[in-house]
Amino acid sequence: MTARAGRTAADTASQPQPTTTPPVVTGIGVAAPNGFGREEWWRATLAGESGIRAISRFEADQYPARLAGEIRDFDPTGHTPGRLMPQTDHVTRLALAVADEALADADVDTSALPDYAAGVVTASSAGGFEFGQRELQALWSKGGKYVSAYQSFAWFYAVNTGQISIRHGLRGPSGVLVTEQAGGLDAVAQARRQVVRKGIRLVVTGGVESALCPWGWAAQLADGRLSTVDDPGRAYLPFSADASGHVAGEGGALLVVEDAAAARERGADTYGTIAGYAATFDPAPGREDGGSRLRDAAELALSDAGLSAADVDVVFADAAGGIAADRSEARTLAALFGPNAVPVTAPKTMTGRLSAGAASLDLAAALLSLRDQVIPPTVNVDGPAPGLAIDLVTGKPRPATLRTALVLARGRGGFNAAMVVRVPG
Amino acid sequence: MPTELTLDDLTTLLRECAGEDETVNLDGDVLDKTFTELNYDSLAVLQTTGKIEREYGLTIDEDAVNDAQTPRQYLAVVNAAFSDDRAASA
Repeated sequence: MTARAGRTAADTASQPQPTTTPPVVTGIGVAAPNGFGREEWWRATLAGESGIRAISRFEADQYPARLAGEIRDFDPTGHTPGRLMPQTDHVTRLALAVADEALADADVDTSALPDYAAGVVTASSAGGFEFGQRELQALWSKGGKYVSAYQSFAWFYAVNTGQISIRHGLRGPSGVLVTEQAGGLDAVAQARRQVVRKGIRLVVTGGVESALCPWGWAAQLADGRLSTVDDPGRAYLPFSADASGHVAGEGGALLVVEDAAAARERGADTYGTIAGYAATFDPAPGREDGGSRLRDAAELALSDAGLSAADVDVVFADAAGGIAADRSEARTLAALFGPNAVPVTAPKTMTGRLSAGAASLDLAAALLSLRDQVIPPTVNVDGPAPGLAIDLVTGKPRPATLRTALVLARGRGGFNAAMVVRVPG
Repeated sequence: MPTELTLDDLTTLLRECAGEDETVNLDGDVLDKTFTELNYDSLAVLQTTGKIEREYGLTIDEDAVNDAQTPRQYLAVVNAAFSDDRAASA
């Protein structure tokens, strides 16, 4: 490595150095409706166990959509320090627990890292909605004096990033991405940029989302894409002829994305590399050059990874659950890979769509697929609708030789993101 | 209606409003510890002050409460507000 112009070797030795090697994932934490904790969730996912059930967290009978992917086995008091209880929404308590698991899995001593060498980049769509609803209720029913001082940040999109950063002393470059469902990939891509371009050692990244309260539900319903089917086995059927929208859920995954050389130096186990990424934005609806730009995102991500479509062994689909959106994604996949040429799966059929948490959880699933050489199933869907030329993995997990996985995500409003992960080495 | 706030009242309110750090014993000798040592930041104190004002119908001097570094100093400010309140209603 040569010192950059204008700097002495001594200067550069103390400066973070950019690298061209893709960063690696050394830790994964998960909270999902079908399993709390990485391995419990992964076991349930391979077993095809769904966490979609009737909503229990609030009175949902009066709403047109009454199912959700709820995390039922989470006791915040076991995970959240006492000082943080009054100042955190449910989503932040979840995120703190998930970050703890990811960092413990990475087996890295964050307190031994140089100051500013590690950061946090999360994705969020709602922030702390339930907390916000409670304080807004206090405001309009009792007055401003009754609003919690902690409302100042507990509702905020960046609150998970902030609380994780404070708890683990991760004071390096940090931030939050708000791109709905695509956020779970966009955040990891930002983390990768920090490692590759800025020489940051490691970043805790991904998304955890939860807005299962009447206010959050009203926002989800206004979006118009929630399924109103009451049967948990029939409500969210992406790529099916019977698709009727999606079920919303809570949870997500956080990853420890680490500089490859630093990880190697400390002998860390790695799940895989973040090999490629791209994001695109759809044109406004109704424009002549309109239509999805998901394919561009996938092609650009492959090109970023120095790979071609033939290298992809499995696709984790966005799986919107709407007839038109599913058709568009299936067409994209068939055009990119050839008809039925690559296995496609949507384990989110077991969790519901998790907003900013969804794509990070898919990324976790992709990395564990690479680890275990098995593709988790899409549940409840018998097969793709007529005319959709995709090899959808349904019913049970499929063992396969896997070196490269492509994860796709589309966010409400035109966001597309694609990320390529590869086996380590 | 109580006419003063005790240390016990204050620690109960701090626990309720701002939680309790597992490494701090609030039942110990905390009267002259700083809020920082007790792991309470300015928002924690703000939240607790808001609760006291609502609960007891008091108006507490904002500058004086911001200057209070310890429970002893804080109680002095709050109890001054109690006596102002009594004087006003007498």
